[in-house]
Amino acid sequence: MLEKAIVLGCSAIGAGLAMIAGIGPGIGEGYAVGKACEAIGRQPECKGSVTSTMLLGCAVAETTGIYGFIVALILLFVNPFIGKIS
Amino acid sequence: MGGFEVTGAKIYYTIPILGGIPITETVVNTWIIMAILTALCIWLTHDLKVKPTSKRQIVAEFLYKTAYNFVEENMGKQFGAFVPFIAALFSLSLFSSLSGLTGAYSPTADLSTEISWALLVFVLITYNKVKANGVLGYFKGYTEPIVVLTPFNIISEVATPVSMAFRHFGNIASGTVIMGLLYSALAALSHIILGWIPGAIGSIPLFQLGIPAFLSLYFDLFSSFLQAFIFCMLTMMYISSAADTGE
Repeated sequence: MLEKAIVLGCSAIGAGLAMIAGIGPGIGEGYAVGKACEAIGRQPECKGSVTSTMLLGCAVAETTGIYGFIVALILLFVNPFIGKIS
Repeated sequence: MGGFEVTGAKIYYTIPILGGIPITETVVNTWIIMAILTALCIWLTHDLKVKPTSKRQIVAEFLYKTAYNFVEENMGKQFGAFVPFIAALFSLSLFSSLSGLTGAYSPTADLSTEISWALLVFVLITYNKVKANGVLGYFKGYTEPIVVLTPFNIISEVATPVSMAFRHFGNIASGTVIMGLLYSALAALSHIILGWIPGAIGSIPLFQLGIPAFLSLYFDLFSSFLQAFIFCMLTMMYISSAADTGE
């Protein structure tokens, strides 16, 4: 019982640590959106293409954050380490 | 206050061949959405006229023109044959994600759906690369710029469909998880604050009314549309760059 509790607790901590990966995409997307705003401010007629390029770039930048999120999901809801207790 | 659980798709029935093929909620919901889309297409395009007289035909022409311009802008004129594929992918992705709004299990919250789409795109990318460069040229492409980098080239080739699938899945699944957490948190909150009132008011989680709508607007509507858009955009970019011979 105690072993199970320790494994569950550590899985939750690991999930929390995995979500630190969210910092990177946050900063990166912030930069991208800021630069897109600058570009639109300079050339308002390019608004459409700048916005769609920015969204695409944001989606690609988001990938690492998504990987972190999936690791956190697996740790929280699939509990892969519970089976390792003999 | 109930706990919050994330479960996969329910298995309705297992076909007893080849070691059992499970029919899950995902499969059933995807087929329902495909039927709805097909019916919508048939309804939009039956008895068309040269000069549009009905609003229905104007809508159909507008949708086709939007899809055509979308593909042409991002891939170029020679890829006009991809319009049906991209439009089908976009509408299937959008409707699958939006079906979560009705309370049904959204097929895009299951990784298998996105993996299959991404594999389809991967096959198309490889096909276009082989077509543009020849079989030898395709395998030679892995050894560029130098032979030492071959493993990394293979990894980056495999990472393309994996990252596409995970990106779409992660965005929809994170929305589902956050909405679920919010609902259970609001239920707990209203249990704590209003739980002392006897009768019906105390037992109904009143805070669940209205408040989640704002988050739902982002996670369900905006995110569904954005992910469908991004998936199609990336598909088009990868395919058109694969068909590029580099000359």
